Amino acid sequence: MLKKGLFRKPKNQLEDYGKTSVREMREQHPEVPDDMFLSCPACKGTMLAEDVNQNCGVCPKCGHHFKIKVRERMEILLDPDSFAELDAEMTSRNLIEFPGYDKKLQSARNVSGEKEGVVCGTAAIGGFPCAVFFMNGDFMMGSMGTVVGEKIARIFEYAAERQLPVIGWTVSGGARMQEGILSLMQMAKTSGAVKRHSDRGLLYVTVLTDPTTGGVTASFAMEGDVILAEPGALIGFAGPRVIEQTIRQKLPEGFQRAEFLLEKGFVDAIVKRQDQREYLRSLLALHSKEVLV
Amino acid sequence: MELIKNLPEMDEGDDARRMDAYKRVAASRAKGRPTGMDFIENLIIDFMEFHGDRRYGDDPALVAGVGKLKNMPVTVIAMEKGHSTKEKVKRNFGSMHPEGYRKALRQMKLAEKFGRPVICIVDTSGAYCGIQAEERGQGQAIAENLMEMMTLRTPIITLFIGEGGSGGALGMAVADQVWMLENSFYSVISPEGCASILWKDASKMKEAAESLRLTARDLKELGVAEKVIREPEMEKDFKKVYYLLEDLLYDAFQKSKKLPVEELLEQRYEKFRKIGRQQADGR
Repeated sequence: MLKKGLFRKPKNQLEDYGKTSVREMREQHPEVPDDMFLSCPACKGTMLAEDVNQNCGVCPKCGHHFKIKVRERMEILLDPDSFAELDAEMTSRNLIEFPGYDKKLQSARNVSGEKEGVVCGTAAIGGFPCAVFFMNGDFMMGSMGTVVGEKIARIFEYAAERQLPVIGWTVSGGARMQEGILSLMQMAKTSGAVKRHSDRGLLYVTVLTDPTTGGVTASFAMEGDVILAEPGALIGFAGPRVIEQTIRQKLPEGFQRAEFLLEKGFVDAIVKRQDQREYLRSLLALHSKEVLV
Repeated sequence: MELIKNLPEMDEGDDARRMDAYKRVAASRAKGRPTGMDFIENLIIDFMEFHGDRRYGDDPALVAGVGKLKNMPVTVIAMEKGHSTKEKVKRNFGSMHPEGYRKALRQMKLAEKFGRPVICIVDTSGAYCGIQAEERGQGQAIAENLMEMMTLRTPIITLFIGEGGSGGALGMAVADQVWMLENSFYSVISPEGCASILWKDASKMKEAAESLRLTARDLKELGVAEKVIREPEMEKDFKKVYYLLEDLLYDAFQKSKKLPVEELLEQRYEKFRKIGRQQADGR
């Protein structure tokens, strides 16, 4: 016989622990601002958000690289006021009338505050002019549709014309399935533009950030002359869940992480976010035409 | 070929030959459908197979080599699924590892060196998803093919004969022309995968197949494929397709051989460059 009350609702807050959302708990302690503290998902430490921000979004205790907003990343990496955006107004339309895509686009624009999944332009790093692109993980997981493909192709064509190196930060779930085959074709289109830029003897550096997968890995992310990665970044063609489902076994620890790719020979170096600017400055200096003369 | 045989619309006019996208997908996977090696056997004279990528190993999911199309030396690179269960397992069901893409590229480079046109035959559910495939750089291998094929200084035609699974298919489809058999498809994701990711319900693959616009006809409308090849009702009649293809391929290569290489490459670049461009200009 079941006892009465076995399934009763918890009567006090302690019994209810774990069921109250963080937001509700914060609301109960209004004196602590929402964003003052951060908890590191890697070392579980709690720290001042300000300390993390001042450390380029990297955990001061364990070095975990937090995901950061695209504009924050740009601020960390580019010379102040050097960035001039290109093709900022380009927006996607529902070209193959895929069900629900318009709504998804709208909410992605609202959530990310950006028009599409990549920001492109020209900038300077340590005084060296370059073309840059920054993918935006907040916009439909950085997936590549026709606009992302178009903006990437354009930045390479622009850079090829003006003899500029290209430096790009990738984060992507892959090709955007809501655009069907048209998104897949962007892999070929961007690769073609990278090749033309490369054939002019110009430098292309990719910095792979967490996560970079699918069609972006199988195109321009892996086509850099120099391929860098942030520590711990997940980088792969197939996502780990898809692989686990296919082979029906658990994946080894550290599989598809930046360190794994370095070991297997697919990444040139792992560079911490705090060090990237200086690293890229040296790389650009080494490849600059003036130095060679 | 059961499925294909049972299609009532097949013998009527072009518009009547439209059918559900998912039926096409099922037909593309149907048992007994000709595989890559059937096409090689029927199209190519004196085919010589060459193995290995010179980097890691030989991928049995890909058959590559040289032979003659009529009297023209050509390089043929074909994904192979196999017919019997034993053969299918050996061929990994037509899902390539990175060494397959690297073997393909090696043969393409040789084709470029000796001025042979390239025929790529695509039939795969996708590039293989597995630990070794990732360890050996599946993404990098495909990416390199996309880049190198774009500027390969010899004509390339890619023929889709069955499944065209995403990046795994594209890794051999950066071509001057993409031709598709009527019951082949080409998609960014399988309809089952799309349904389970978007709607958390793999049984909605029929809706997904329609929404993805993945049939040969859709792809021609979208400017991705140049030709759709009609299929016969009966498997034994596939000979007709081979004869037709032999002529079509031969003529197409004769034509593109007359083009200056720079122009050929410009057109190949433009074929892909234009997809999605219109929209960007219309901002």
